[in-house]
Amino acid sequence: MDFNSIFINTAQALFSPVTIAFAMAALGLAMHFGFVGLLNFGIAGFMAVGAYGYAISTLTFGFPWWGAFIAAMVASAIFAVILGIPTLQLRGDYLAIVTIASAEIVRLLLLSTTWIETTGSADGLVAYADDFRSINPFPDGDYGFGPWNYTANQFWVLIFALIVLIISALIVWRLTHSPWGRVIKGIREDEDAVRALGKNVFSYKMQALVVGGMIAGLGGALYVLPSSANPMLFATSLTFFVWTALLLGGAATVFGPLLGAVVFWVLQAFLGSLLPAMAEVGLLGGLSSAQAGALRFVLVGILLVLIVIWRPQGMVGDKRELTFVK
Amino acid sequence: MSSNSNPKKAPEKSTGLHVGEAAPGVKKVDPILVADKVSRRFGGLVAVDVDHVEIPRGAITALIGPNGAGKTTLFNLLTGFDKPDTGTWSFSGSNLAGVPAHKVAKMGQVRTFQLTKALGLLTVLENMKLGAKGQQGENIFKSIFPFFWKKQEDENEQRAIEILERFKLLKLKDDFAASLSGGQRKLLEMARALMSNPTLVMLDEPMAGVNPALTESLLEHILDLKKQGMTVLFVEHDMHMVRHIADWVIVMAEGQIIAEGSPDEVMRNEAVVDAYLGSHQDVDLGVVTGRIELPNGKK
Amino acid sequence: MSTDENLVVKVDSLVAGYLPGVNILNGCNLEARQGELIGIIGPNGAGKSTLLKAIFGQSKVRDGAIYLNGEDITGMKADKLVARGVGYVPQNNNVFPSLTIEENLQMGVYQQPDKYDEGLDLVVGLFEELGKRLKQRAGSLSGGERQMVAMGRALMMNPSVLLLDEPSAGLSPVRQDEAFLRVSDINKAGVTTIMVEQNARRCLQICDRGYVLDQGKDAYTGSGRELLNDPKVIELYLGSLGA
Repeated sequence: MDFNSIFINTAQALFSPVTIAFAMAALGLAMHFGFVGLLNFGIAGFMAVGAYGYAISTLTFGFPWWGAFIAAMVASAIFAVILGIPTLQLRGDYLAIVTIASAEIVRLLLLSTTWIETTGSADGLVAYADDFRSINPFPDGDYGFGPWNYTANQFWVLIFALIVLIISALIVWRLTHSPWGRVIKGIREDEDAVRALGKNVFSYKMQALVVGGMIAGLGGALYVLPSSANPMLFATSLTFFVWTALLLGGAATVFGPLLGAVVFWVLQAFLGSLLPAMAEVGLLGGLSSAQAGALRFVLVGILLVLIVIWRPQGMVGDKRELTFVK
Repeated sequence: MSSNSNPKKAPEKSTGLHVGEAAPGVKKVDPILVADKVSRRFGGLVAVDVDHVEIPRGAITALIGPNGAGKTTLFNLLTGFDKPDTGTWSFSGSNLAGVPAHKVAKMGQVRTFQLTKALGLLTVLENMKLGAKGQQGENIFKSIFPFFWKKQEDENEQRAIEILERFKLLKLKDDFAASLSGGQRKLLEMARALMSNPTLVMLDEPMAGVNPALTESLLEHILDLKKQGMTVLFVEHDMHMVRHIADWVIVMAEGQIIAEGSPDEVMRNEAVVDAYLGSHQDVDLGVVTGRIELPNGKK
Repeated sequence: MSTDENLVVKVDSLVAGYLPGVNILNGCNLEARQGELIGIIGPNGAGKSTLLKAIFGQSKVRDGAIYLNGEDITGMKADKLVARGVGYVPQNNNVFPSLTIEENLQMGVYQQPDKYDEGLDLVVGLFEELGKRLKQRAGSLSGGERQMVAMGRALMMNPSVLLLDEPSAGLSPVRQDEAFLRVSDINKAGVTTIMVEQNARRCLQICDRGYVLDQGKDAYTGSGRELLNDPKVIELYLGSLGA
């Protein structure tokens, strides 16, 4: 078995734009679920809106890179409002169902051939990152050391994503440690009590939905920035990966989703390299290496179940705040 | 606050609150809350059907009646937690129809709940700060910059500490509300309601589940509210408590108001005795059940 | 007076709680003899409900023991206790709202369905009202009526020991009095009864002996009358209002 390449693949996942984009999505979901208690099972939809918001505004409308990012955020915010108005008054489990449906609606609309010139339908969109690359401050060359090797463009995406992540995390941290955050925490536990204290509960929930949605949307844009945007990327399985990352790290914290995203991707990369290698040398019975690669998703599913039952607060969460099993 | 060694003085009652004969729906000299033809049905069941009711300002009014009489439903209607099918009602002259619960609370009407809603995952102090009105930091944009709200937060904390001290909860200020006993949580809910300087305080069964010895201090707090100029409306089953502090009593049964008056008047009312008080109010049940012998040998 | 033969329930230095590391009961003792009506009062958080739940196997016992007619029943599951003649009426959620009164009572004899007719006679004899409304849905009943159904259900197996958790909670004064009178009647019919109560005064007026729980221990005990008139108990637990 080639332990060297397993190591390299795993290490690369530590510092990869995909991991950071995931962390953004998890952070947005933390705002929705961890802090307000909204069961959003359509986070992939927000990511899709953000990703395509960036790509379409660049390709169809010729926005500069910063305009495209703003467009991605605005699109996500609008999506959040449209989603929120009818659903925020619904009971938790109904909200979950509606959000799954809404994400699928977004994906199917993007897949449809009706607007193929704008959305690219099944082929998706490419080549929208030129303007972004044009502002790359890093001159051509190789960056990094050891297992981490990036071209200038790859490095720029990485650094940029990291900066966006840090700013977002700081904002979320500030929000949740402020009186606004206190109202949110109260709402998560008992809406009526907070209402009786004169706070407009619907408005607060909407604000949280929009903020979390914008962060997830930005995450979606970062997700596709290094490569291409495709409806296939934003299937329901993406939502559940983000949930796994969030719960793994600690849903009601700011650091938790970041940690969870990193651990999740590192694990994915590790298993994605290790399992096929094991299959090739026959350690996994009769499994082919392709099957073994798919096995890691089975393991992720099992991991999610185990976390919810045995450690719902994740790695850094506080057990008192989150218990699902009564 | 009186120490344990002082004999309990009967509180001064407000009189002269009503205009004319004390009957259901009687007008008040200075009403803070007026409701007209308010009704609420759940399917075929009439939960509330009140022709007219006025709550006197600056006094302590008790709302009593059997379970299912509609007291909590009426509370919910008056505070915006539920919408009536018919009727109009106003608070200090402002029409409340269609006003959502949080706006009603902002107008100066706070309420507590039958099942205490002390937010368990917040500390006692955080619960109190949540009760404060107009904290700029609750605005999403201002919250990111502590500069905007730090000073207010400190002021609110001072106020919270004062109130917590009065309620003897100060040493628990950093504990999670979930770790408090039931009675302490009731106190917290009341203390929290005071943070917003309300004009009308509506308490839904404040004594339920509270140890009798703690009841007395809770009563003192309610009397204190009146001394500070607030109006109190509370729902209760404990007639001793009602007799002790209520200036006015409104009796509900089957959704309607069946009697109004001073505590003594109401407790002598036959309809009220039948529906609610029972004829053994002041009798020792040991005597009624024949378990004890009276001194003169009678059972 | 050989009290040990008459000893139906004995709780010995019980330590119990719900959350790990937090004990609600800290060495609590209680004795109930045949035919007695025992009252348990005390402040919130003192462990009254926990004590009852521990006897019925519903809360974790960490130390100490509970005996029923000499048999060690510590930690025994509820269904085995019901088979041994123990009835339990919880404070909340004590009827099945979607079932009729009749069906609720049927649930009471779940372990021994052939006892139904006998049990029904007993219960309807005690609670005439129930007999007239057997087909009514329990969810449509008022609080006091549900109390009756809950008590009736527990009585269907003709238990020798009845545990009641705050039977008067949430009831209006007239219904509270009725509840206490009912409990007294049940006890007079021969059922050893242990009741936890928030309405300390009423509880002590009808019980034979009482325990005042504080901080998980039995702080005071005596006959109902003794406790009612004990100045310390009055000051700490009863309050002097309406005395």
